[in-house]
Amino acid sequence: MIEREVTIKNRAGLHTRPAATLVKLAAQFKSDFFINKDGFEINGKSIIGVMTLAAEQGAEMILRFSGEDENDAMAAVVELFERGFDEQ
Amino acid sequence: MSDQPRQANEILLKGIPAAPGIAIGPSLIFHKTLPIVEERLLQPSEVEAELDRLRQAVARSKKELQKIFRFAEEKLGDEEGKIFEAQLLILEDSVLFDTIFLRIRTELRNAGYIVYDEIEKYHRLMASSRDEYTRERALDVEDLRNRILRNLQEEKLVSKLQTSAIVVSHVLAAADTLILSRNDILGYLTEVGGVTSHTALLARALKIPAVVGVRHVVSMVKEGTPVIIDGYGGNVIIHPSEETLRFYQEKKRKHKEFEDRLADLRDLPAETPDGRQIELVANVELVEELEFVHVQGADGIGLYRSETLLLGKEVFPTEDEQADHYALLADSMFPKMIVIRTFDIGGDKMMAHPVRESNPFLGWRGIRVMLDKTNVFMDQLRAILRASSRKNVKIMFPMVSNIKELREARRYLEEAKRDLVEANIPFDEKIKVGVMIEVPAAAVITEDLAKEVDFLSIGTNDLIQYLLAVDRSNDIVSSLYQEFHPAVVRFLRRIIERGKKEGVTVGMCGEMAGDPLATVLLLGLGLDEFSVVPMMLPEIKKIIRSTKYRDARRVAKHVLSLQTEDEVKSYLLAWMKKRFPDIPQGEGS
Repeated sequence: MIEREVTIKNRAGLHTRPAATLVKLAAQFKSDFFINKDGFEINGKSIIGVMTLAAEQGAEMILRFSGEDENDAMAAVVELFERGFDEQ
Repeated sequence: MSDQPRQANEILLKGIPAAPGIAIGPSLIFHKTLPIVEERLLQPSEVEAELDRLRQAVARSKKELQKIFRFAEEKLGDEEGKIFEAQLLILEDSVLFDTIFLRIRTELRNAGYIVYDEIEKYHRLMASSRDEYTRERALDVEDLRNRILRNLQEEKLVSKLQTSAIVVSHVLAAADTLILSRNDILGYLTEVGGVTSHTALLARALKIPAVVGVRHVVSMVKEGTPVIIDGYGGNVIIHPSEETLRFYQEKKRKHKEFEDRLADLRDLPAETPDGRQIELVANVELVEELEFVHVQGADGIGLYRSETLLLGKEVFPTEDEQADHYALLADSMFPKMIVIRTFDIGGDKMMAHPVRESNPFLGWRGIRVMLDKTNVFMDQLRAILRASSRKNVKIMFPMVSNIKELREARRYLEEAKRDLVEANIPFDEKIKVGVMIEVPAAAVITEDLAKEVDFLSIGTNDLIQYLLAVDRSNDIVSSLYQEFHPAVVRFLRRIIERGKKEGVTVGMCGEMAGDPLATVLLLGLGLDEFSVVPMMLPEIKKIIRSTKYRDARRVAKHVLSLQTEDEVKSYLLAWMKKRFPDIPQGEGS
């Protein structure tokens, strides 16, 4: 299992659209993916879970991956956070 | 001036007028019945059939939602249609549904119970979120959960009505408002919601009268109870007497007739018989209103409430999005002028990221927010400037309470101009700048503010509530909110006189500007510009065109000598009745 701390960079935070992009990307990997924010953990492949985080711009969270392709999965997901979910 | 007759068994309630028009008809109670969820243990042999039932319910829910989604896009355009996107996405959440299916298998409990229990976990968390956007999504999650449960019980949603009726409900989800509108709906009446609720927005777009925020109304009516809703003033009458019924039928007819007749005034100027020219312009919230603004013959837009752009949005719109939007407004009115007011958020108005304040009306709102959120402010200023290249755009700052705020705001405007110069983007370098006079402090320093702006616009709604220390949404004291309080009248005179002495245009964009009872008084006080809701344009124009400025001055002089609101109102009412016997009376309250 590997993990990485990230900060939300885009203005919308993890609202509907960015949440959908994140979930779709995570679904391409076999690894399990969990997000922990303020001690609360949800499945990163579930949109209703991600929406529940109510993560705003500036929020910090820990991404946890475990599975055969965990390294690739983490690289891709972290990059999406870095890009600010491609929000303008 | 509510002079409608009343009888003992009729009930008069007051709500928030959300969409204009009068509806008279039987009520139809729309219950968002919570599907009853029983917990039942399954025999292992029943499990597969139960899972199948759930699969079918999910499929049906998806079909329903797609139908609503398409209908919304067709009726309201892509943007508004997106209200329903979150629900569709959740319906495709395989993690959620895998968990639900697994739980049914392992816990051997019925699908309805597990669906309720599993989704409720998320719903509870979202409903208690600090984030307003997330709390709104909680309603979506709840609506979706109930949809699945209803489909599990194979109930049909009652959305086909037998007769035309006024829909009465505690709350209407966007989906309900829309679906119900396929039937012959005369009006909407709800217990919760404000002017910016989904119901209000959709009702206006669909041109169906609506009154919202009428507490406990559902318990006061039965199926078929006769109801009148007045979407102009927010009055709701249950069990109207014969007399009231006639009054409102008459009011409805008069409005229709009057509106037809006023159409002739459209292309005539708002000028008094003795030659005083008044700018009669419109308050606008939505682009959808523009056509109506033209039909009603406005001289321009005196107030565009830019914060309506934020409705239902997750984030502040980008500079480009805003620039396109403002350009659309400016182009559609060209060569007439439009005044864009920068985002007025806070107070009771929406906020992208809510902050808790014990007294929001005295808190972080209007220009105060923008001077803290400078990125948002700069984006908006550049966007407004970009729309100004044809020189028909003015810019206005809300909630200014001292001159430092004005200077700071202007400094950002200059910075925005420099950005555009550097980027070689054309704009109106001499764009006119104004401030709202809605804080008593600003009114007191009118002359100082006037020296540094091109125009002033009096926002009476806030000005009156700050001046009289009355929260008009507070039932206990709302009767103390008096437009015609002598203090208000004298304060207005002061603002208008001081402003004009400095050579700036003084306008008014509060509700008072659109109150026909106030027109002659305001005209006599010397107001240069009236900015009113599009619906009131012809009526105000008619009064201006038939009243000599000389007479109006006399009226104002007399009113300034009166000491109670009652005296002011009865004097104006008597004056109006004599001069304008055909104007429909009994507007609002």
